[in-house]
Amino acid sequence: MTPHMSTITMTMLDDFLIRAALAGLGLTLATGPLGSFVVWRRMAYFGDATAHAAIFGVALSFAFGISVYVGTLTVALGMALTVAGLSGRGHAMDTVLGVLAHSALAFGLVAASFQSGLRVDLSAWLFGDILAVSRTDLAIVWGGAALVAALLAWRWQGLLTATLNEELARASGLNPRAERLALTVALALTVAVSIKIVGALLIAALLIIPAATARQIARNPEAMALGATAVGAASVLAGLYGSLQLDTPAGPSIVAAAAVLFTLSLMVRRRG
Amino acid sequence: MTPLIRAENLAVEYGETRVLAGVDLALEPGEIVTIVGPNGSGKSTLVRALIGLETPAEGRVIRAPGLRIGYVPQKLHIDASLPITVRRFLSLPRRVSDAEAAEALAHTGVPGLETRQLARLSGGQFQRVLLARALLMRPQILILDEATQGLDQPGTAAFYRLIEDLRTETGCAVLMVSHDLHVVMSASDRVICLNGHVCCEGTPKVVSEAPEYRALFGLGTGGAFALYRHEHDHEHEGGAACTHDPAHEHHHHDHA
Repeated sequence: MTPHMSTITMTMLDDFLIRAALAGLGLTLATGPLGSFVVWRRMAYFGDATAHAAIFGVALSFAFGISVYVGTLTVALGMALTVAGLSGRGHAMDTVLGVLAHSALAFGLVAASFQSGLRVDLSAWLFGDILAVSRTDLAIVWGGAALVAALLAWRWQGLLTATLNEELARASGLNPRAERLALTVALALTVAVSIKIVGALLIAALLIIPAATARQIARNPEAMALGATAVGAASVLAGLYGSLQLDTPAGPSIVAAAAVLFTLSLMVRRRG
Repeated sequence: MTPLIRAENLAVEYGETRVLAGVDLALEPGEIVTIVGPNGSGKSTLVRALIGLETPAEGRVIRAPGLRIGYVPQKLHIDASLPITVRRFLSLPRRVSDAEAAEALAHTGVPGLETRQLARLSGGQFQRVLLARALLMRPQILILDEATQGLDQPGTAAFYRLIEDLRTETGCAVLMVSHDLHVVMSASDRVICLNGHVCCEGTPKVVSEAPEYRALFGLGTGGAFALYRHEHDHEHEGGAACTHDPAHEHHHHDHA
């Protein structure tokens, strides 16, 4: 990179809108493939539960003065592992998730109320504040998303086989539980890095809607995963543009753009 | 010969319920073994335990080191949310070349299905694609759990003929679970009659005449060989693969 080029890059990064767009695009690297797995494995509510737990993580981070990313990652991971553990012991999955997700959200809100500063900005954590993304945030989002994408790429064949059928995977010498654990960790990591961008309430939407959109035209799993990233990226850009033009909140605008793309995809659907 | 898979005094429990108890079983290279038994007799549980999907409550399962299993499940539900072509499916979990995939499909009698969506296949096509995928694992043993469910009688007979040809060509062992007794038995070197434990075991002829088998399935064995009886009946005279346990053969059952 020439000094001139890097000056331009640095100047670009000064622009909050550019930072917002880059943060959103980085996130879609992870949400495309991960969201596809969430859809295939019917884990939508699982994503919600992990995300709601993240609010509790935010509150704890403020209470203990640690990084929000560390706090949310810890709590989201704990939540994901608890859910995976309980559902393996014969509790109905939707009940476990219903209890844990809403309890975590409630405890998060109660804990937040003890901290006057946080009470004010709580909506930023629930709905995200992509326009306030700093350079450090940008690095964390890209780093986390790249990590998730790399994890999924590394385990791809095994994850896909286990998703298709656990018995088939086991008979092939794979360990479906290890694959499930990889997805659980990826989900917690994604929630942790995206909470600043779209917020705890809308992360699941960013996972599911682009994947569901890509499903309409994809014929193979890889096409769906890449398509979901493309749809997610388009939603980020369209949502940010719309938010700027109409002066609407950025996170919800991104999700709204994704929903519009999904509706359009229903018209061109092709299956079989 | 060293067995490919051996179960020793195997017991499996679901919660409080003991589904299998005291099962001893060894599968040798190259043999076709069929497990028969009424509904709820633990057939699928036994297969799942042999593959490693169930943890034994007692006893143990020993698989030959590095054993390659080609597994054709009873049914495979493909979630509508997962798009996947036949070609892509054949590359799971081991990636195979287009030539290998085409050959496997031709081998199992469904050539040219590569670009079709898995969820859109007919029952017979789907079972054959599952079998093609199992073959691509280069299995030392093929395990089929009621693999002909949903096939009509000619389809079932053709499917079993295919299995037998594959055994001849590749030399792999075959373990089948079935309640299609009438079609399957004569294709087997050995039949194991299961009802929570091994009731009786031996060549198809021995088992079909065993009192334990008759007690479970009634006396009407007249049809047992009707649909699919052919020259293989005569190739294994003397019940070479029969590993009868005399204690089992004669002990008394009260299923009647």
